Amino acid sequence: MKKNWWKILSFLLLVYTVFAGFLGKVPRLPILNETIRNMYFHVCMWFGMMVLFIISAIYSIKYLRNFNHKFDIYASSYASLGCLFGVLGYITGTEWVSVTWVTDQGQSFASVLKEPKLIGAAIALLIYGAYFVLRGSFTDIDKRSRVSAVYNIFAFAMLFPSIWIIPRLVGSLHPGAPGSDSGNPALDKNDMDMGMRAIFYPAVIGWTLLGVWIATLKIRIQLIKDKSIING
Amino acid sequence: MDKKHFLNRLYSFGIKVGIYICLLLISTNSFAQTEQVDMADAMRSNGKIYIVVAVCLTILVGLFLYVFSLDRKISKIEKE
Repeated sequence: MKKNWWKILSFLLLVYTVFAGFLGKVPRLPILNETIRNMYFHVCMWFGMMVLFIISAIYSIKYLRNFNHKFDIYASSYASLGCLFGVLGYITGTEWVSVTWVTDQGQSFASVLKEPKLIGAAIALLIYGAYFVLRGSFTDIDKRSRVSAVYNIFAFAMLFPSIWIIPRLVGSLHPGAPGSDSGNPALDKNDMDMGMRAIFYPAVIGWTLLGVWIATLKIRIQLIKDKSIING
Repeated sequence: MDKKHFLNRLYSFGIKVGIYICLLLISTNSFAQTEQVDMADAMRSNGKIYIVVAVCLTILVGLFLYVFSLDRKISKIEKE
């Protein structure tokens, strides 16, 4: 039980997130209205995804250093959980978009489809999708691990231009972009006041820990399955 | 008897002043707000937002119980 304290912490933080996230005070902003509470859920998915992909990339590098099969399992499990978080972030993002970008602003659905942030995030997730296609296409286990470890590092490198850099260089409706006409950069002190931050950062930690927990479950199952390979 | 009457009057006067200050605070608060932004105030005032919180917490607790039971099952298999 001593080792499981962070699982309990994750649970407590998420209970706090739901409780304070719905009942806490938020700044009154036009267009956003109460949807600003999505910060505690939608944005946390991307933070969690980022952390999981970083862990995955680290294990891929570790695998390439000593070719230990265990690290390959670690890397692929964290990457798959990162993808799950990314997809959840994407879906929740589209739900949020449907009330804040499309209606009041006179923007059409077509302008939303041209969104660089959405395209960038889709590219990043598809690159990670190809990681699993690549893994599945090998019959030789060592070859699979080596090639997919190299590819995982490439996929991680591609995250930065596609999600963080390009959408912030070109105009975007998404908060944080220059020239966004509806845009109020997220994490701006006018939008996210201290009260929101006190819920947001615990929420990020809570969701991330939940992702790590589920990833460790995946890892442990795979370790049991591949027992003969690791020991033999 | 007279003293009690006086205290009573003082007490009601205090309440009146209190209400007046409260109203003043509320009105200045609304003056400070240049733009009226729609929020789910009605939802909060009749208290039904708590049901949403309860529903979300139920789902969260359910999910965590499931993940926790998975965790224990895997631990059991690992010990074998």
